[in-house]
Amino acid sequence: MKKLSVKTVVAIGIGAALFFVLGKISIPTPVPNTYISLQYAIEAVFATLFGPVAGLLIGLIGHTLVDATSYGPWWSWIIASACVGLVIGLITMKLDISEGIDTKKIVTFNVAQIIAHLLAWGLIAPVLDIVIYSEPIEKLFAQGLMAGVANIITTGVVGTLLLVAYAETVVKRGSLKKEED
Amino acid sequence: MADPIISFQDYGFQYMAQAAPTLHHINLDIYPGEKVLIAGTSGSGKSTIGSCINGLIPFAYPGKKTGTLLVGGKEPDKSSIFELSHTVGTVLQDTDGQFIGLTVGEDIAFAPENNCVPQDEMKELVNRVAKLVDIDHHLEYAPHELSGGQKQRVSLAGVMVEDVKALLFDEPLANLDPAAGRATIELIDMVHERTGAAIIIIEHRLEDVLWRSMDRIVLMDEGRIIADMPVAALLSGRALIEHGIREPLYLTALRYAGVEISEKMHPEHVEKLLLAEEDKEKVRNWYQAQKSQVSRREAGEELLRVEHLDFGYTAGQRTLQDVSFAVHKGEMVSIVGRNGAGKSTLAKLICGFETPLSGTILMENRDLSGDTIKERAASIGYVMQNPNQMISKPMIWDEVEMALVQSGMPKEERKERVEETLRVCGLYPFRNWPVSALSFGQKKRVTIASILVQRPRMIILDEPTAGQDYRHYTEIMDFLKGLNEQGYTILMITHDMHLMLEYTPRAIVFSEGRMLADTTAAHVLNDPDLVRAANLKETSLYTLSMACGIDEPQTFTECFIGYEQKEVR
Amino acid sequence: MARIAILSYIKRDSFVHGLTGRTKLVFFLAWSVASMVTYDTRVLVCMLLFSIAIFRASRIRVRDISFVLGLAAVFLFMNNLFVYLFSPEYGVGLYQSRTLLFTIAGPYTVTLQQLFYHLNMTMKVVCVVPIALLFIACTDPSEFASSLASIGVSYRIGYSVSLALRYIPDIQREYHNISQAQQARGIDLSGKDKLLTRMKNSVAILLPLVLSSLNRIETVSNAMELRGFGRNRKRTWYNLRRMQRSDWIVAILAVVILAVDLLVTFWDGSRYYNPFL
Repeated sequence: MKKLSVKTVVAIGIGAALFFVLGKISIPTPVPNTYISLQYAIEAVFATLFGPVAGLLIGLIGHTLVDATSYGPWWSWIIASACVGLVIGLITMKLDISEGIDTKKIVTFNVAQIIAHLLAWGLIAPVLDIVIYSEPIEKLFAQGLMAGVANIITTGVVGTLLLVAYAETVVKRGSLKKEED
Repeated sequence: MADPIISFQDYGFQYMAQAAPTLHHINLDIYPGEKVLIAGTSGSGKSTIGSCINGLIPFAYPGKKTGTLLVGGKEPDKSSIFELSHTVGTVLQDTDGQFIGLTVGEDIAFAPENNCVPQDEMKELVNRVAKLVDIDHHLEYAPHELSGGQKQRVSLAGVMVEDVKALLFDEPLANLDPAAGRATIELIDMVHERTGAAIIIIEHRLEDVLWRSMDRIVLMDEGRIIADMPVAALLSGRALIEHGIREPLYLTALRYAGVEISEKMHPEHVEKLLLAEEDKEKVRNWYQAQKSQVSRREAGEELLRVEHLDFGYTAGQRTLQDVSFAVHKGEMVSIVGRNGAGKSTLAKLICGFETPLSGTILMENRDLSGDTIKERAASIGYVMQNPNQMISKPMIWDEVEMALVQSGMPKEERKERVEETLRVCGLYPFRNWPVSALSFGQKKRVTIASILVQRPRMIILDEPTAGQDYRHYTEIMDFLKGLNEQGYTILMITHDMHLMLEYTPRAIVFSEGRMLADTTAAHVLNDPDLVRAANLKETSLYTLSMACGIDEPQTFTECFIGYEQKEVR
Repeated sequence: MARIAILSYIKRDSFVHGLTGRTKLVFFLAWSVASMVTYDTRVLVCMLLFSIAIFRASRIRVRDISFVLGLAAVFLFMNNLFVYLFSPEYGVGLYQSRTLLFTIAGPYTVTLQQLFYHLNMTMKVVCVVPIALLFIACTDPSEFASSLASIGVSYRIGYSVSLALRYIPDIQREYHNISQAQQARGIDLSGKDKLLTRMKNSVAILLPLVLSSLNRIETVSNAMELRGFGRNRKRTWYNLRRMQRSDWIVAILAVVILAVDLLVTFWDGSRYYNPFL
């Protein structure tokens, strides 16, 4: 494996800290006992900006810290979180957001996040849960589907808005003119 | 003379992302053991010079260079950041960014860890360096348990472990209260004496840096070196003012009084100043002429009243104790005191972000305790220190409009209100610009506009000018003064003594959660007990007036401010 | 500032605290794997008893961590409930016998096998909880990075963990400040707005947070480069403690426990201990 650059090391650390802080804040939804998981929007944005390894480790470290400081680690979901970052990072590897953003990039980002969440919550998390905890399949896939859909919506809305806003913030200045009236 | 450690020869640099070079034809030699101050406004290229010296250019910020630069006899681009760090140690402006370790000890050990120094040796080294900067009793502390001044000591220790030949400080005073800033300058001086390393300080707060002697000042503007001369010589001329740097206050006062500043007077330090009897006479005459003109503004009716406020974040601990004061319509008031004295907490209580343990807050005689944050925001606006922490829309118009959209105001009315606010704030020509195209000062205006759009009767600003050079400082403060003249009541949390003196007639002083005084700004800085208790710093005007035999330093200070506002602006 | 209750390092003087971070990490990982692999009731009971014993030895009191235990209890209850709702006779299939106790309604029967399955599943989770909590509560965060590096993880990744721990309080404070200032402008995430509105509103807090985090990444990575991070293939650690005899004993014990666990669990060719056959 190629050595991680210092910047990536720091991005992983700060990204994991953000994942942790947002993971600890529960924003209620109208559905009882479900919360908006903003941390996945951040993980997706960081994976797009800093690549698959950063995405993977942000999910892994961030989710482990969240779990370990609340009720002990639930490894299958931690691994799923790590996969989300990895997959998004892999698919968006060629997107350079600092060069600006267009519809094509937004679509790629969303395709990436949908694939990632489906894979993580629809396949990886339930399969690991079956292997490790031997829970009933119906329960796991229902649970995974719920989490997956919720995360896809959150990442789709919040992640996309963040990415667009970020791109607009780093935009080049050239063509601006003052308008007096 | 020995060879210079750092030598720029006809050096120029252009960042990759920029259209024009940032540095032009720089010729600068820094010799072992020298103390050099690099001064200039933001955008003058002074920080870029710093990045060239420590190797961030070209390794972190690539670009195109012309001419030559030698650091420790080597060209940086043929060396590495790592190698350069053995010659030059850098203390960055942001002490929280520089403090990487989880504790003081680990942070100091960071560089030796990377150099694979064995653990026993490392512990000894850390102890030795920590003792040198007097932080050895805090090795187990986490960064959030330290004050700004202590963090600076850790940063300094963290680069001194390398046994470097030069220490580079990038705006070391930016986030410190006055007394901590003074202590930092003393510390740097002490380190210089003990290690003999060359000291390079990049700062625009000239008077504060000159608290201890410096060998030279390099003045920069627009990417060029304007002057490179001994301190006394530069202070005698007018180059500083012409290039946007504020000269020490006592020198400005002398100039107002018609005194010619010369090198022989030792203008570099107020305590060393040699004034001829005729010069003192000039100052006294000027003072007598001004004295009669000092006037006080009438206070309007009462707007905000705080009574016996108590607050603590955790049980048993008190961040604020028995705080009572009133603010009147049309006032501009400073809240001053050291970091952690409870100033920001007070603002949070007034805005309803936190709930007091006891006591009341009244707005126009109405108790606010039942109001939500949002309801209070209709009458009290809060502007955070860092505009980047407030701005949440990429476009200026959207940012200013946000609060109105949230409140469900109809579109037509919104448009009118936003336009009006943008005009008040001088942002109307930029209304369709992205926020990212603005300077720091303009961003600050956007955040103020985004608060004013809700038409509060009072605004509270947290450190409105922190880290700004004189030009931006003046821009922001004149803008606020304009708002004040239009009838807005303004409360400012600050540890900038100039700001308090020049713009706010009244100051409320805090220390350790208690209110120490509620008086005129000039009085605060001329009361040595108050100055000490609140970690402030007396102004050099105090010392100057004493030296001239004027024993009413407070009135002297008021005259100075009055004169500046009347004659200079 | 309203602090969220978070489990963190609790400094005490105990046998568990005295072990190096490396030992505790190895033990914690071995224990996690052991509990994940086994479904053998006998092994689970032993592990549960042993974990309680270690908890007693740590001098961490139950009330120090009561809020965490509360969370764990809620989590377990919900999990058990969902399993039952989706599959009330899952245990019957698993243990291949059926002892009906009574019927609640429709398909919702209560069988001895289902209860036994729930008991096993709960024990599997419960026996990890004390060890996981102790790992956090008894390990100085300063030792995390060096511990990870000492068991073969790249020191760069180890340092990412350390940086995360370093900046969590700063980012928490920043989030808190930003959200307060935005509340004054009408952005409220806990309100009764529609889901989509609430998500859009969250961007008003997240964007400043993300932009300032990107700035922070820049500053911190500059600071680290300037002090030589990443230059060498290895690095030494200020806070790495030397392994004592007790450390070796505990580390070996961890490996032995894992081995016995695997042995007992798969001795008879099945993960499950089945008392019904």
